[in-house]
Amino acid sequence: MGRLEAALRDLRLADTLAARDTPVSRLDPRAKVLVTAAFLVAVASFNRYALSALAPFALYPLWLAVAGRVPAGWLARKLAIAAPFAAMVAIANPILDTAPMLRLADVTVSAGWVSFASILARVGLTIAAALAVAAGTGMHALAAALAALGVPRIFTGQLLFLWRYAFVLGGEASRMQAARTLRGGRGSPALAVYGPLAGHLLLRAFERGERIHRAMRARGYDGEIRTLRELRWQVRDTVFVLGWCAYFALARFVDLPLALGRAITGAP
Amino acid sequence: MSHHRLEADGIRYDYPDGTPALRGATFRAGHGESLALVGANGAGKSTLLLVLAGLVAPSAGVATVGDLPVTPATMEHVRRTVGFVFQDADDQLFMPTVLEDVAFGPLNLGLAPEEAKSRALQALQSVGAEPLASRAPYRLSGGEKRLAAIAGVLAMGPDILLLDEPSAGLDPRARRRLIELLRAFDHTRLIATHDLDLVLDCCARVLVMHEGTIVADGEPRAIFADAALLDRCHLEPPLSFSA
Repeated sequence: MGRLEAALRDLRLADTLAARDTPVSRLDPRAKVLVTAAFLVAVASFNRYALSALAPFALYPLWLAVAGRVPAGWLARKLAIAAPFAAMVAIANPILDTAPMLRLADVTVSAGWVSFASILARVGLTIAAALAVAAGTGMHALAAALAALGVPRIFTGQLLFLWRYAFVLGGEASRMQAARTLRGGRGSPALAVYGPLAGHLLLRAFERGERIHRAMRARGYDGEIRTLRELRWQVRDTVFVLGWCAYFALARFVDLPLALGRAITGAP
Repeated sequence: MSHHRLEADGIRYDYPDGTPALRGATFRAGHGESLALVGANGAGKSTLLLVLAGLVAPSAGVATVGDLPVTPATMEHVRRTVGFVFQDADDQLFMPTVLEDVAFGPLNLGLAPEEAKSRALQALQSVGAEPLASRAPYRLSGGEKRLAAIAGVLAMGPDILLLDEPSAGLDPRARRRLIELLRAFDHTRLIATHDLDLVLDCCARVLVMHEGTIVADGEPRAIFADAALLDRCHLEPPLSFSA
């Protein structure tokens, strides 16, 4: 199995995980979307040097992953893909913002490094939460929840098509890669070969996309993807939403680690 | 009953680059008939099926489904009447579970979720695939995928079935099961295939396509005995026939 195919299978795992019966998958997807949105807003709203105050927010993705039985390795691999992007966004901060801010033992840490760490922490938290929610819900249920919450169907439809075609495109690419390897192509192809390869991939994906679209039209697809799933809001969903939102509000407005430290040390 | 009728009258179709794919294909199939459509690669079999299902508009000629010509205005009727089983089941299956995928068509016909679900379960049962209901389509074997795809089409309650290479890629047992299934249907069937042994088992009539037209139409044994015709159309008599 090629690396690309392995990566695709790994991504597909999200659907497989969501099909299991866990405390997370039993929740109404709308509740999970709402709480996750509140989580994202709360995490994003801290000032740029916030670091220790973010720590209590790790509880939410942690709970999703543990209660939803999301394999830690899977989550970590997906986070590792996002990490370089986050680092790229944040890398200018230590260079531009050199004012000293903290002293850890004998090392002075500049404000730029603190905000760099803050950005990485936020990216880690938000992506971990989004991944864990997706793995505990499934793309189709998420799209249904977004539609029910008023997101226009054209966007939710796009989300599902993105999910569907990512595997179509990936599958074609992995077959092309296998064909190339079998005929002796080693390493990564020369730059001049990339053009024709990409062109071929595009044409193949177009053809495949056209066949898929025809198959959908033949079964009456008219722009709306209907499913059997009916969304049912239950008491536990209300508890879930209120409970987490209250916790986020508390963690947002009270610096819990600081308060905890003061309570332990007795400092004012 | 004339509403299971399937007709093509002088259908022509040119690819966007001008290459002709169909050059006046004509045939008539009556209620409950099981027809095979055979011919070399590129003879125009798949294109003819697409035209009959209203998925591709012909450059000239008329396709008739039931009592109505296939036009944009009758598309609703065509969708309800014609079920199309595509060559590659992977092109068809896309929902997270088999049951949801099979219910996709009935939901699009406007059925309530409960009714769509019972129709989907019924369709799965009729192809003997109800144990697959909660499985993810991408984890099925080729034969299971084919059954799920056929169930997805049957769930819409079509009168006419168009099948494109239904036995391609199936192992012998899955193929045997498919043949039994096809024989049991009472729909009007048009089966495009290279599997001439399947034709002998499932079809009372064969249409031979060559370069975009139907060059022969008759009983399978008579057609397969015509060595000159088969040779001209790049076909060979089925194994069971020559033995």
